[in-house]
Amino acid sequence: MNLTLKVWRQKNAQDQGSFATYAVRDISPDMSFLEMMDVLNEQLIAQGVESVVFDHDCREGICGMCSMFINGEAHGPDRGVTTCQLHMRKFKDGDTITVEPWRAKAFPVVRDLMVDRSAFDRIIQAGGYVSVNTMGNLPDANATPIEKHDADAAFDAATCIGCGACVATCKNASAMLFVSAKVSQFALLPQGQVEAADRVRNMVHQMDLEGFGNCTNTGACEVECPKGISIENIARMNREYLKASITA
Amino acid sequence: MSSQRGLFGSSLARKYWMALTGLFLITFLVVHLLGNLTIVFGTGEDFNAYAAFMTSFPPIKIVSYLLYASIVLHAADGIVLARQNRAARPVAYGTYNGAANAGWASRNMALLGIFTLLFILVHMKSFWFEMHFGTLGLDAKGNKDLFTLTTAAFEQVWYTAFYVVAMVALGFHLWHGFQSAFQTLGWTHPTYTPIVQFVGRAFAVLVCGAFALIPLYVLISPNV
Amino acid sequence: MSSKLNSRIPEGPIAEKWTKHKGTIPLVSPANKRRIDVIVVGTGLAGSSAAASLAELGYNVKAFCFQDSPRRAHSIAAQGGINAAKNYQNDGDSVFRLFYDTVKGGDYRSREANVHRLAEVSSSIIDQCVAQGVPFARDYGGLLDNRSFGGVQVSRTFYAKGQTGQQLLLGAYSALERQVAKGRVKMYARHEMVDLVVVDGKARGIIARNLVTGELERHSAHAVIIASGGYGNVFYLSTNAMGSNVTAAWKAHKKGAFFANPCFTQIHPTCIPVSGESQSKLTLMSESLRNDGRIWVPAELEDAKAIREGRLKPTDLPEEKRDYYLERRYPAFGNLVPRDVASRAAKERCDAGYGVNKTGEAVYLDFSAAIMRYGKEQANLKGMPNASEAEIRALGTKVVESKYGNLFQMYEKITDENPYVTPMKIYPAVHYTMGGLWVDYNLMSTVPGLFVAGEANFSDHGANRLGASALMQGLADGYFVLPYTVGTFLADDIRTGPISTDLPEFVEAEKAARARFEGFLKAKGSTPVEVFHRRLGKIVWDKIGMARNEAGLKTAIAEIRALREEFYRDVKVLGGMFEMNPELDKANRVADFMELAELMALDALTREESCGGHFREEYQSEDGEALRQDDAFAFVSAWEFTDNDPGKATLHKEDLVFENVKLVTRSYK
Repeated sequence: MNLTLKVWRQKNAQDQGSFATYAVRDISPDMSFLEMMDVLNEQLIAQGVESVVFDHDCREGICGMCSMFINGEAHGPDRGVTTCQLHMRKFKDGDTITVEPWRAKAFPVVRDLMVDRSAFDRIIQAGGYVSVNTMGNLPDANATPIEKHDADAAFDAATCIGCGACVATCKNASAMLFVSAKVSQFALLPQGQVEAADRVRNMVHQMDLEGFGNCTNTGACEVECPKGISIENIARMNREYLKASITA
Repeated sequence: MSSQRGLFGSSLARKYWMALTGLFLITFLVVHLLGNLTIVFGTGEDFNAYAAFMTSFPPIKIVSYLLYASIVLHAADGIVLARQNRAARPVAYGTYNGAANAGWASRNMALLGIFTLLFILVHMKSFWFEMHFGTLGLDAKGNKDLFTLTTAAFEQVWYTAFYVVAMVALGFHLWHGFQSAFQTLGWTHPTYTPIVQFVGRAFAVLVCGAFALIPLYVLISPNV
Repeated sequence: MSSKLNSRIPEGPIAEKWTKHKGTIPLVSPANKRRIDVIVVGTGLAGSSAAASLAELGYNVKAFCFQDSPRRAHSIAAQGGINAAKNYQNDGDSVFRLFYDTVKGGDYRSREANVHRLAEVSSSIIDQCVAQGVPFARDYGGLLDNRSFGGVQVSRTFYAKGQTGQQLLLGAYSALERQVAKGRVKMYARHEMVDLVVVDGKARGIIARNLVTGELERHSAHAVIIASGGYGNVFYLSTNAMGSNVTAAWKAHKKGAFFANPCFTQIHPTCIPVSGESQSKLTLMSESLRNDGRIWVPAELEDAKAIREGRLKPTDLPEEKRDYYLERRYPAFGNLVPRDVASRAAKERCDAGYGVNKTGEAVYLDFSAAIMRYGKEQANLKGMPNASEAEIRALGTKVVESKYGNLFQMYEKITDENPYVTPMKIYPAVHYTMGGLWVDYNLMSTVPGLFVAGEANFSDHGANRLGASALMQGLADGYFVLPYTVGTFLADDIRTGPISTDLPEFVEAEKAARARFEGFLKAKGSTPVEVFHRRLGKIVWDKIGMARNEAGLKTAIAEIRALREEFYRDVKVLGGMFEMNPELDKANRVADFMELAELMALDALTREESCGGHFREEYQSEDGEALRQDDAFAFVSAWEFTDNDPGKATLHKEDLVFENVKLVTRSYK
């Protein structure tokens, strides 16, 4: 299939940036979106144009690096996938595809389609952990049974890959789904209970400092989340924060 | 590092206040609607008696101050949040397909809210201000004759049209806002949340629908 | 044994070596730890767990990763699980059995003492991870669940659906970020190590490229830990991440660290087959699928041809016309034979013409039997003795979905085929590299002060790694080995004081790195880096892949040398040095792969035997099984970079002494 691409080009963080239009030909429907971008890049290099810079690494949907806003949607039109798992069979011959970086004040553009998501790391630094040092004599792993339902729910929350699609897709650029997934994982496990109140207060505080927007419960994040993380986690974080604020 | 902002100032705290004031305003709508229904099902005197009761009974007066505060807080907080939300994305997308993943009402709460606020101001100028500070005549039972003022207002097509459009806006606002408040406060449950959502949407349609039908009734019906 | 290699294996019985050694390692007092800097390169399981643990102890840690966040390291993609000798299932597991299985699985080419230590600390890893809040799979009683993996007959694998690596890495990442918050770790994301700095014979720092600005930065420390993963991307197509590279390890090699067993590479049997020319990477389907999936090809050539041409559907082929070749050849282990055995068996069938996709390079992994088996079980549980076949299938599908749902979904996304209905197609692909920088028992390389952890070292898996052991080794090295063993080196450094980055060694190394990058930009040739990488990969896959022979290896060496020469002459890299320039970074990585590839071929040529992932066609039994030559080759090949030419590397041998495991021909029959 032959396609027209409108790709955001921006030399660096200071540059204004603009869309450039490119044509790619003979794209196989079995290619992933990033492989299509590889074809574009090889073509650009042949023409003496610098290739389009984008984040990508594992190309199997788990590392969370890839981050393209395609035709107005985070990770494109398919559901439950990252950009690297989006396949060209989801597009039609002759389509024009717009490709943009994540847009948020907290995610400044580094170059072209690549953004800086270190805000997420700082939110984790604020409390996204259990304060346990490395020890060879911890209690046995089976010492505390955990109800399967809770363990499974904690796992579901923990599958967040930190790609930032929730922020990118949210009309308010809110990071609530990301933050609440981590808060929920620990809130559901006995290991996380000890620090639960401080954790939620500190992580929310950091989230606010980073300049993310506020949640208006549109639910767009859970639709676009490649891992299908539920906004039930946001409700849980709301509960946890309320509890922590009242009892603190 | 520990945030001391607790129940004030943080993004979540602002949302709690939005939710709580929103839910309080929703309960007021029920009371207000019951009173309004006297226009349809009662006499002018009944309506005036209701208005008099609402403005003079001491406990109601206290609640009404809470109500004014809620409106102000809900609106002010909403404006602050909306401004923060705009600031959170300084460069807009070239293409943004919001309809792909969220309902229209949920994406336009600020707009719907501002329109509703505008309506409330006009509405209060028309009736509340007149009731409190205006020069209304008295009815047969000696109550201020708000009824005549009201029916006169609704007999103007443009006013009723504005009123109906505002109720549609409020309906959309509640369509999302009702269940959103529960989500914000963390009051969710796999079994009960779908019920809350249904009740919220039913409430939005029925209550706002009823509010809108009353002026239409006044406009169309020759008897009032 | 070469005089340059001292494995420093402690004396005493194997079960006591580690305990005794730990007890005698010199300690560094907390006050002195504050004066010691440690650099950790790579933030996968080994790197982030090491960085976090060392910081907890009090060292000043600088951690580096080329990704935008330490959480993205490719450990995250590990699916199946992590082994530990917990014996929760009461099925006869023990530290010794895990040790034994690992040595045997590695085809007797690993160091006994290291493997035993790995088995010993495996239990602590699970305790540590659970304490960190890693959500492992649990049963209805609330206790941890286990499953079975290839090459073993007990269930010792802990897992979190098909995302175990992700959960473990996020646990280590959390621990790391906790130390970053405390200021104990300084994190350098989007930084790539481009050279090792050796001062007075000791590793004292690195040159790193800031990938955002392009600046070359000098970073000094008292010790350097390389945990930069394996070199599978030398094959171009592999299950590694796009950015996974050998540069950190290779640069250390060129500065004096010996490279051990580079030809030991693992080809994983269950990956999604190659679909087209522009394919950029291969996707693994977890080995755990072999618990329930049965592998087969058509028994008759005509049927295979008909399937390839789309005239026949696999589901239409009756049982008796299918060849479940693993169950046929290896009745004792069946579909759960180790990876090297399963991969070669698939290649054998496909080479014989029984492959089932367009390219002829795919076999089936079929879940229909498992779906029916689980379905019947569920029907009985639910009191439906007369359930119809469709009902049973639906119930069974649900069970399979709960076990492997995310893998099946991933498969469907990539191939557009529903694996619940039609069997998956799989083919072997490069997955892991057992070879790596040579280290002694303390995980220190031949450069004093340079430690190597995780997949980047060679130590624990011999010639073949068992499933679910990579996660175990990465975390063992980082959490429970390095924090102790760095003391053997650092105890002498408490009075050294800060290392200046103005030392001539730093200046020189930076200058050399800069010249190298400028060289790529100045070549102004006509061929993009990617094309060279693809061509290199084809040579390596065809001639240093699943099966190797002398003639092929010699040709490979000549071809690689020619390609390398062409690369420096004709590579085309646009853009500049001092900006974000991924093409330039890639050129730097591919240049190192081209040198490593030659060493791999040399190593494979030298090792005249078949063992584990290294299969020399000249050394096989009549029925095609690998033939080891224990008398001549029971050693580790440690290569010293010589005369600035990978082809002239000097071989040093570390003899492998087996005191606790008897060397036998591996049999999974």
